[in-house]
Amino acid sequence: MDLTLKIWRQANAQAKGKMVDYKVTNISPDSSFFEMLDMLNQELIEKGEDPVAFDHDCREGICGTCSLYINGRPHGPDSGITTCQLHMRKFKNGDTISIEPWRAKAFPIIKDLIVNRGGFDEIIQAGGYVSIKTGGVPDANAIAIPKYDADMAMDAASCIGCGACVATCKNASAMLFVAAKVAQFAYLPQGKVEAKQRVQRMVATMDELGFGNCSNTYACEQECPKEISVSNIAKMNREFLSAKLCGQKDEA
Amino acid sequence: MIKLDAKIPEGQMADKWTNYIDHAKLVNPSNKRKLDVIIVGTGLAGAAAAASMAEMGYEVKNFCYQDSPRRAHSIAAQGGINAAKNYPNDGDSVYRLFYDTVKGGDYRAREANVYRLAEVSNSIIDQCVAQGIPFAREYGGLLDNRSFGGAQVSRTFYARGQTGQQLLLGAYSALSRQVKTGKVKLYTRRDMLDIVKIDGRARGIIVRNLVTGEIEKHSGHAVVLATGGYGNVFYLSTNAMGSNGSPAWQAYKRGAAFANPCFVQIHPTCIPVHGDFQSKLTLMSESLRNDGRIWVPKNKEDSIKIQKGEMKPIDISEDNRDYYLERRYPAFGNLVPRDVASRAAKERCDAGFGVGNTGLAVYLDFSEAIGRLGKSVVEARYGNLFQMYEKIVDDNPYETPMMIYPAIHYTMGGLWVDYNLMTTVPGLYALGEANFSDHGANRLGASALMQGLADGYFVIPYTIADYLSDQIHVPRFTGDEPEFVQVEKEVKDRMNKLMNIKGSQSVDSFHKRLGHIMWENVGMGRNTDGLNTALTEIPKLREEFWRDVRITGNIEEYNPELEKAGRVADFLELGELMARDALNRNESCGGHFREESQTEEGEAKRNDEDFAYVAAWEYKGDDVEPELHKEHLNFEAIELVQRNYK
Repeated sequence: MDLTLKIWRQANAQAKGKMVDYKVTNISPDSSFFEMLDMLNQELIEKGEDPVAFDHDCREGICGTCSLYINGRPHGPDSGITTCQLHMRKFKNGDTISIEPWRAKAFPIIKDLIVNRGGFDEIIQAGGYVSIKTGGVPDANAIAIPKYDADMAMDAASCIGCGACVATCKNASAMLFVAAKVAQFAYLPQGKVEAKQRVQRMVATMDELGFGNCSNTYACEQECPKEISVSNIAKMNREFLSAKLCGQKDEA
Repeated sequence: MIKLDAKIPEGQMADKWTNYIDHAKLVNPSNKRKLDVIIVGTGLAGAAAAASMAEMGYEVKNFCYQDSPRRAHSIAAQGGINAAKNYPNDGDSVYRLFYDTVKGGDYRAREANVYRLAEVSNSIIDQCVAQGIPFAREYGGLLDNRSFGGAQVSRTFYARGQTGQQLLLGAYSALSRQVKTGKVKLYTRRDMLDIVKIDGRARGIIVRNLVTGEIEKHSGHAVVLATGGYGNVFYLSTNAMGSNGSPAWQAYKRGAAFANPCFVQIHPTCIPVHGDFQSKLTLMSESLRNDGRIWVPKNKEDSIKIQKGEMKPIDISEDNRDYYLERRYPAFGNLVPRDVASRAAKERCDAGFGVGNTGLAVYLDFSEAIGRLGKSVVEARYGNLFQMYEKIVDDNPYETPMMIYPAIHYTMGGLWVDYNLMTTVPGLYALGEANFSDHGANRLGASALMQGLADGYFVIPYTIADYLSDQIHVPRFTGDEPEFVQVEKEVKDRMNKLMNIKGSQSVDSFHKRLGHIMWENVGMGRNTDGLNTALTEIPKLREEFWRDVRITGNIEEYNPELEKAGRVADFLELGELMARDALNRNESCGGHFREESQTEEGEAKRNDEDFAYVAAWEYKGDDVEPELHKEHLNFEAIELVQRNYK
């Protein structure tokens, strides 16, 4: 396949970026999207030019490192997968493909297609855990959990923290990401005692970091590579309201 | 000159760890605040260790090359985690888990370490459940277990096909809590480039900030490496693209012995290589072998036609198929251990019977299972894997057999550690896949997660106190001591040297060539000639690399080519040590198959008389042969027998 690529190039956080055109030829439809970019970079290196920087690591759809906005969609035209699982057979010979980084105020660009998603870590640090130490915990089978609840918690917990939900949202909202973690714990008995503080702290941190609000377009669910349901957002909103209605202050 | 002392506690096997804890030295809480611990890596072992030690009161600095600790490659583990809970009431026990692990490792692991691993396995499950990890449950609300290769009991806990992800996110959440309290200082997007020793003890590390390119010095009273394995020396593997052996390799060059580097696990069920541009291999869960039947054509002419695309697998009649595992191993059939299944596939393909356009693939066929169980049952069991296969290969496995081929998956070898998990450098520790201690010559499924978390949550927090209790009077280091300045200079010199080569070939092209040498000569089947070839070819390639590599960009900026160059430079040395170790070990054991050491039927032949030892290599200088030290393995609790799967 021969393709035209329009790629966002930006030397560093301060530099001004622009879209640059590249041609790639002789691409196998069986190669992955990143293998296609590897070949482009190999050519650029041979010409002595700066290769395109993009984030990637496991290349099997689970680490959440990769993050490309391809033809206007996070992780490209296929659904239920990450960019590293996208294969070139999803494109046609002669296609022009635009490749941009995640666009959100809370995800500043580091270089080219790489952004800083440290805000997600800060949200988890605000309360995405059960406050226990290593050791001194009850036997694993001391708490029975209904299979349904465990399965729902697992659905929510499968979030890979890639940020596609933020990238696709017109408000750059992180609601689906935060809700996935809040809902995981809301379905489980572990950590119930701190549920009210958890949701308030995580939501407050999300707001402080400059993520936008939710206006219910459901684009996040559509583009989530793990197909995490927006019903988790409803679950989080109930948790949040109930924390507020109880008038529970965050005392810690 | 290194002296190996495993420091195994006295007493009966079952009492050693308890005795150790009873008599270990402690550090009181007010002194813990005065002690800095550096932990490199945020996978299961690193994150668990960082969280646990911060909770205890130490000041922790935690480093990773990824943009977030949550992305460490532990996240990709699919199957599950073993523990001796015996919840299914099927006769499991700590001893049995210990026994299976030592036997599965083909009797090349240290008994005392493995026993401790089995002993703490149950606490891991308790800890993970308390963290809110959504393990699979039965309708009664209690935890579900499944069976896994190499065991006759069901002792594997799992969270769908994403157990590694869930366990890592649990450790990450505990770590995040400590980051919030300020007890852990987190440094992401940092590559560890060297170790700093003061008066012979590990006191810090030199890292490169991957975003700015700045070289940073970080100091501590002890340094813990939880940096994973070195499977990427083969270029193509199931490891993440960034997984590398550099921290362990730098430790080796600073005096830490490297143990059993040739012990590599090759996983039989991976998606085959499809072209020269391939960057990575994808693992398909081993559970597929429970119902899939593995075969190649019986006649070479059929294989050739299939390779040319003139024939399809369904065109080959039952009589003309060779179910070679069932033929060779009637007792275990398609369920032989990973190493045996991998070698058998290679044997058929080397003999010209392979399929796919490269001839380097075998069929994994579900038609019999679909006939016996119905499509819906097969779909319920393996639906997600079939879907993953179809996304990558664009073939429907319900209709046409899957194609699989073995791939590099895990490295059992690593830094030599004693019972305390300390390397031969005082104050330098190695955890998880980065050390060598628990899996011998072959790792069983669902045991990597167990070891990572055991080391991080329940071993190092105890054993490091034994060392740090002596260090409470040592004042904090500043990172400006002359030793730090000296190593920083060496790191910068090396980097400048790399940048100034300005050659003509890319880093990746060298990495691919190294991978090819390793796969051909230090891969599934090894012999004297091949290993000697590797020992000639690798130094030549290394010389060419240092003469002709081209690295674009600059040092003081985000520069992935420079990152890769440093890692590949280290792989070009590590690969040679692997070949040397494989040549020295003239026996077949676990994942290491020496063609000279096999039975008449072509099965692996272990040699306990001459090789029941850990080969620990000591660095002696760049152009000097490393020195071999032997830690003899004494088996007190288990009797050595030859594995037999016929």
